[in-house]
Amino acid sequence: MEKNYWITEEPIQLQDVMDKVVRREAGAISTFTGIVREFTKGKRTLYLEYQAYIPMAEKKLAQIGQEIAEKWGNTKTAIVHRIGKLDISEIAVAIAVSTPHRKDAFEASEYAIDRIKEIVPIWKKEHWEDGTLWIGDQQETTAYKQGMPAKVQMEMKQGEKE
Amino acid sequence: MKRMEGERMVEVLFFAELRDVVGKDKLTVAADGMTITELKEKWLTSYGVEKFNVAMVAINEEYAPDDTLVKAGDVIAFIPPVSGG
Repeated sequence: MEKNYWITEEPIQLQDVMDKVVRREAGAISTFTGIVREFTKGKRTLYLEYQAYIPMAEKKLAQIGQEIAEKWGNTKTAIVHRIGKLDISEIAVAIAVSTPHRKDAFEASEYAIDRIKEIVPIWKKEHWEDGTLWIGDQQETTAYKQGMPAKVQMEMKQGEKE
Repeated sequence: MKRMEGERMVEVLFFAELRDVVGKDKLTVAADGMTITELKEKWLTSYGVEKFNVAMVAINEEYAPDDTLVKAGDVIAFIPPVSGG
């Protein structure tokens, strides 16, 4: 079966991700690439190290593609995330969404990267000149309550009702 | 290890900072019939349970609440706040 959602240790080629969503009914392909930034709040990153719970991460990426299909309809999505050591300006994640019209493609690719940061078990470790730290959303913006991000909790509650 | 004991075991996976805290990527523990909360209290207190309380838990690759019962053969993963992208 064609694999549209995967974790890799190799450098990401954006064209590979795009190629997976090309189809005759699509008039737009929106791509997003997340790349390694050198400076965050004035602090210099030397390189990043990414780790993933690979089988679950690939499942959750596929779930995001499914959510996009349900929200926008007539979409085709592919997502790849790299793990291991990444240097400045290398691609960490690439997303491609094809749709008949451009607006949906823009919106869906933004949705995809937002969801990756919420539910996909992938972690980055910052390597600075003066130390290292595993970065979690908790340290950056919001803390989990009851051990789960709010959106995951919401989905579980919805699941219980169905 | 006797076969019967082996069948009551669960695999517990650690990632990111929790992997550093525990010092290994997985443990195999007897936790059949326990909740996640009980598993933590029985097997993980020596590593500092508060670190596990900010993590999500996945059972067999799906997020699950802490009151879920664990069955022998399950794979439990502690998932600290994620930072992909």
